[in-house]
Amino acid sequence: MEDTLGLIVSLAAATLRVATPLILAALAGMFSERSGVVDIGLEGKMLAAAFFSASTALVTGSAWLGLCAGVASAVALAMVHGLASITYNGNQMVSGLALNVLVAGLTPLLATVWFQQAGRTPTVPNGARFLPVSLPGAEAFGTVPLLGPLYRSVVSGHNVLVYLAIAAVPLAAWILFRTRFGLRLRAVGENPHALDTAGVNVAWMRYRALAIGGVLCGFAGTYLSIGQGAGFIQDMTAGRGFLALAALIFGKWLPVPTLLACFLFAFTDAVQVRLQGVPLPGIGVIPVQFIQAIPYVLTVLLLAGFVGKAVAPKAIGLPYVKSR
Amino acid sequence: MAAAGGPTDTLPRWASLALLPALNISAALLLSGLVVWLIGEDPVEAMVLLVQGAVGYPEAIGYTLYYATSYILTGLAVAIAFHAGLFNIGGEGQAYIAGLGVTLVALGLFGYPWWLVLPVAILAGALFGAAWAFLPGWLQAYRGSHVVVTTIMFNFIASSVMVWLLVEVLIAPGQQSPESRPFSPASVLPAMHTLFGAIGVKIGNSPLNLSLVVALLAALGFHIFIWHTRWGYEVRAVGHNETAAVYAGIPVKRTIVLAMALSGALAGLMPLNEVLGVQHRLLVNFTGGAGFVGIAVALMGRNHAVGIVLAAILFGALTQGGSELAFEKPAISRDMIVVIQGLIILFSGALENLFRAPLARLLRTA
Repeated sequence: MEDTLGLIVSLAAATLRVATPLILAALAGMFSERSGVVDIGLEGKMLAAAFFSASTALVTGSAWLGLCAGVASAVALAMVHGLASITYNGNQMVSGLALNVLVAGLTPLLATVWFQQAGRTPTVPNGARFLPVSLPGAEAFGTVPLLGPLYRSVVSGHNVLVYLAIAAVPLAAWILFRTRFGLRLRAVGENPHALDTAGVNVAWMRYRALAIGGVLCGFAGTYLSIGQGAGFIQDMTAGRGFLALAALIFGKWLPVPTLLACFLFAFTDAVQVRLQGVPLPGIGVIPVQFIQAIPYVLTVLLLAGFVGKAVAPKAIGLPYVKSR
Repeated sequence: MAAAGGPTDTLPRWASLALLPALNISAALLLSGLVVWLIGEDPVEAMVLLVQGAVGYPEAIGYTLYYATSYILTGLAVAIAFHAGLFNIGGEGQAYIAGLGVTLVALGLFGYPWWLVLPVAILAGALFGAAWAFLPGWLQAYRGSHVVVTTIMFNFIASSVMVWLLVEVLIAPGQQSPESRPFSPASVLPAMHTLFGAIGVKIGNSPLNLSLVVALLAALGFHIFIWHTRWGYEVRAVGHNETAAVYAGIPVKRTIVLAMALSGALAGLMPLNEVLGVQHRLLVNFTGGAGFVGIAVALMGRNHAVGIVLAAILFGALTQGGSELAFEKPAISRDMIVVIQGLIILFSGALENLFRAPLARLLRTA
């Protein structure tokens, strides 16, 4: 009984930790894609934020300044994406890919030059990271059976970015579905001509949506390098941007289903880590490479529409050219 | 897609095919120079080293063409999918899995002469690559799963499968590093310097091998298929306007699957160069990003066979020159090549309209 509870608690806590960057990146994608701009550059923006936040935190010793640098770099990339896909009507897939490739090269290059370590930053000291915080009463309630460990290790004991990510979901839902800005943002992604006729500046709307996405990717990347991790490693995002994109599609571009999809991916990953090297009854030990591939296989299966067809925003991926 | 200032900005053919790509690449190189300058090196000196390293002496040219061979094949792979309106980011995984097919043939026909192994290896590579691209293609056509996301996932899955195979199954007995046992020297593709040496022409020693000829033939086949066959016409029709293709009686779903399978087959020829031609064994990550370079090559080459061959040579030169540069100037690591690739994709792909409208205006007034 004790063991089962311990397992549940540690799996739940791990799920929450793994889900955080996915949630933030998926919300970033939601703002961008709801406004009609495809964003496969989530990966690159996260990676850039991870690098610049870690290097800034190392130099200044401040996690918050690191966060600022991470956000700034991700927003800057989002603006380049905007320039290509909004102002110059370029191919949005190609633009996203270009940014991913650019960042994948630039970050290890700069890491090597600035810190003389091949493709990585030195370890960020704890003082310059976002450390787990203990919520009030975590220790006092910790001894209460059942609820105590849950509160102590699942609800409490994460860094501030985890709580921000969770809070970002209702906030994003409110902005997108309860404000005039959100209504217009969604409408721009469905029928930009109608909005243009109504006097709304389509390009400006989309730029703002991308900027919000940049901020969220900045948080996600910062979390990876100075929240969950302690330093930047080459390609440390490892496909999370694409998993987030898949979660967004699977969640039908809606906040709560997307959140659940992120939890599903994160849970798979948490289980994946525990399965490594553990013999399963009747099967034996599954090779670690196969277990690591589970989240990717799951993504393909989910996208294969075994759970229902997703309907994308109507104007997604289409540049808006004002008719004359 | 309409250009920035509306559909009136049509460029003359020569400007669209030569001047615009030249402008785009200049912009990318200029920004790359800025990066070099920012990390405290001299961009002019770096550029000179890069060009010298790429084409400055006979061996360098051989290396450049050796890299170009792989890029021609992955570039054609991306281009054929582009013609069908599909963005195949999975060339990397498709080539990786195809390496398995080529290796199985080379080891299965151990000791047979290369001219017997080569056709079977071509078939195996194409088949394995096509199979790995077939599934994302099928899922796109019949289940609506986005091919960009699925092909990326298939890259990750391919990597896992291949590492497992190399670590657990194919690893040479008594070997520590995860690689297969070497092929028979008789079965591997002859190097170009050996072939040319046999007819009395001396060229520099390099990994350049017979697969360059295979790549060029593939480019020719690609051209004929896309522009001179009914299937190629159907592929282009689906890429231009899916709805119109339906009304024209074209089986859209089947065409999408066909285009993806052919794309995978072309990417699947890449291991002929790297595995059968140079390494003579299967290695972890032998693809080395060639699948992604193929995207840049297809974009730069405007999805045309001749353009792709030229763009592949350019990227081959970039890879070879970049390696030399990294050797001469350790501060500029090989990651710089990836930065330049990213910038080229950005300027010649995503930002292609940046110079189009001003150029059209300029040419009209001139």
